[in-house]
Amino acid sequence: MRVSTPASSSADRSWRRRLAAGRRRGFGADPAGRLARRRRFRGLRWLGAAMTATVALGAVFAARLAPYNPFSLAGPPLAEPSRAHLMGTDALGRDLFSAIVYGARTSLAVGLSTALAAAAIGLLIGLVSGYLGGAVDGGLMRLTEFVQIIPRFFLAIVVLAMFGEGYVNLVIVLAASSWPIIARAVRSLVLSERERPHVDAAQSLGATRRRIIGREILPAVWRTVAVMTGLLVADTILIEAGLSFLGLGDPDQPSWGLLASTAQQHLRTAWWLALFPGLAIVVAVLGVNLLVDSWSEDDTLLTR
Amino acid sequence: MKPRLGDRYIFNRIWQTAPMLLGVVVVGFALVHIAPGDPILALAGEDGDEAYYEQMRERFGLDEPFLQQLGTYLGRVAQGDLGMSNIRGRPVIEVIGDRLPNTLLLAGTALVLSTFGGVAVGVWAASRSGGLRDRAVSASTLFLYALPVFWLGQIAILWLGLRLGWFPVQGRTDPRAAATGLAHWIDVAHHLALPSLVLASQEVAIVARLTRTGMIEELAAPHIDVARSKGLTRRRILFAHALPGSLLPVVTVIGNRIGHLVSGAVVVEIVFGWPGIGRLLVAATNDRDIPVLLGLFLLIGMSVLIANLITDLTYARLDPRIKLG
Repeated sequence: MRVSTPASSSADRSWRRRLAAGRRRGFGADPAGRLARRRRFRGLRWLGAAMTATVALGAVFAARLAPYNPFSLAGPPLAEPSRAHLMGTDALGRDLFSAIVYGARTSLAVGLSTALAAAAIGLLIGLVSGYLGGAVDGGLMRLTEFVQIIPRFFLAIVVLAMFGEGYVNLVIVLAASSWPIIARAVRSLVLSERERPHVDAAQSLGATRRRIIGREILPAVWRTVAVMTGLLVADTILIEAGLSFLGLGDPDQPSWGLLASTAQQHLRTAWWLALFPGLAIVVAVLGVNLLVDSWSEDDTLLTR
Repeated sequence: MKPRLGDRYIFNRIWQTAPMLLGVVVVGFALVHIAPGDPILALAGEDGDEAYYEQMRERFGLDEPFLQQLGTYLGRVAQGDLGMSNIRGRPVIEVIGDRLPNTLLLAGTALVLSTFGGVAVGVWAASRSGGLRDRAVSASTLFLYALPVFWLGQIAILWLGLRLGWFPVQGRTDPRAAATGLAHWIDVAHHLALPSLVLASQEVAIVARLTRTGMIEELAAPHIDVARSKGLTRRRILFAHALPGSLLPVVTVIGNRIGHLVSGAVVVEIVFGWPGIGRLLVAATNDRDIPVLLGLFLLIGMSVLIANLITDLTYARLDPRIKLG
């Protein structure tokens, strides 16, 4: 459990409020409700972990798990789900289950690389901004606010159309526009951590700036960064699916969004083409969100 | 007259927004210049002749030094000139203007539905926090976050549209229906119902969660104790005493959600064949109609900034502490 709550008056007040609420019966933010919520998340953690593990296993062992090559003819066109084709086939007779297994690879690769790159940028900018303060902080925060307000989805569309579709470009543009939320969180943690006695102590013992950041401040920050990176993985999977659905994904890689967009032409005849790709996205995104949500103590994180 | 503190806040807030508006245009302009290929192609489209390119170079000052070009471009954008769509043979602003009302109708309906629906669900959940309904709401909001909007749309089409036949599944109007008067608007509303509900679903989750958190905080505040000891009804405490204070975060979030809402609208439009900017966007991507794409990016970026400004100013009106802080 993190113990970096700053001893500010507002935190104090809200703590008092909660305590007062706990004494009341009936409605209100009673500690019992908070405990119930925590218990629930502990339970859902395993569900989230199982869902995430399913997707991850599919991604890693796609070549072994997929019964057919996702790009080649495997059966009759538009066949309903059956034992031979668990999720049916598309208009070209390709096996949908195989394409979905391979799609997990694409989704996770894009999600993870984008989130890790954004976390690295956000961590760096947050640390520098929070620790140095002053004009550097002011400038970096203006930049952060600006990047945060740019509509990511449309920026990605414009960039992909101009620079060419492909996952390298996609990861670059999404990472370059997703870091502000992490930078802001890191900065505010650094600001409160910097005022704590153990940092003063390190400073008066003559520790270098690098050592203070690395040994005294980073440990208080990494948990939040991990949670936000996890949520960003889920977020990116959704954005990638949306872009692929619009035809801006990589046409040479199987992807869930692309599968859903081909289903659009066959809605009246082949329901399975629409059902399964979306279901795969839900399993991946919900799984990651549940797993990550259980790491965090803050239940408003998801409402960014 | 001495300016009041509130005026200074408003002035500052507008002052902060101006450079960001400029920034959006600069980002667009920089992208055009970094992208592979001649920037003239991005501003004038790909299949014009030399004379036409020469004219566009002149218009956007592309033979001048970079900073001067940027200045010319900013001036053009300030006048509402977003370049020409050569493929469509018309100014970008007109091409977008044709489609924008439909998208605004869709996104606006979803915004209203999700705000009212989300607040209602949030209050309902918070009225007995930790209880069964509260947990059900929390779990379903988590689920809604994970839904890709196109999937929800496709499932709605399959089930409510095709299976049950309650709603039309494609387009904005029925060609056989009356084209004027009340009947026309009923037809449009019938077509609008499914896409706007689908688009609203995720926003409902966000608003509900925020309202719930705000309500729980507010219900623990001392003024609720006063209301209770006055013997007010539960309903009155919830709606008249706790709700107003807990709506503040909901107001702030509206500005932040505009970008998300319009992104969702684009996808929903494709699923439901709704003739807004979404289909324009996909068509422009396929034809590499960069002027239109860039125009959409600028327009949406600026709308988000202005929506944020408006919500912040509204917020400052609702919560006097902001002006002093």
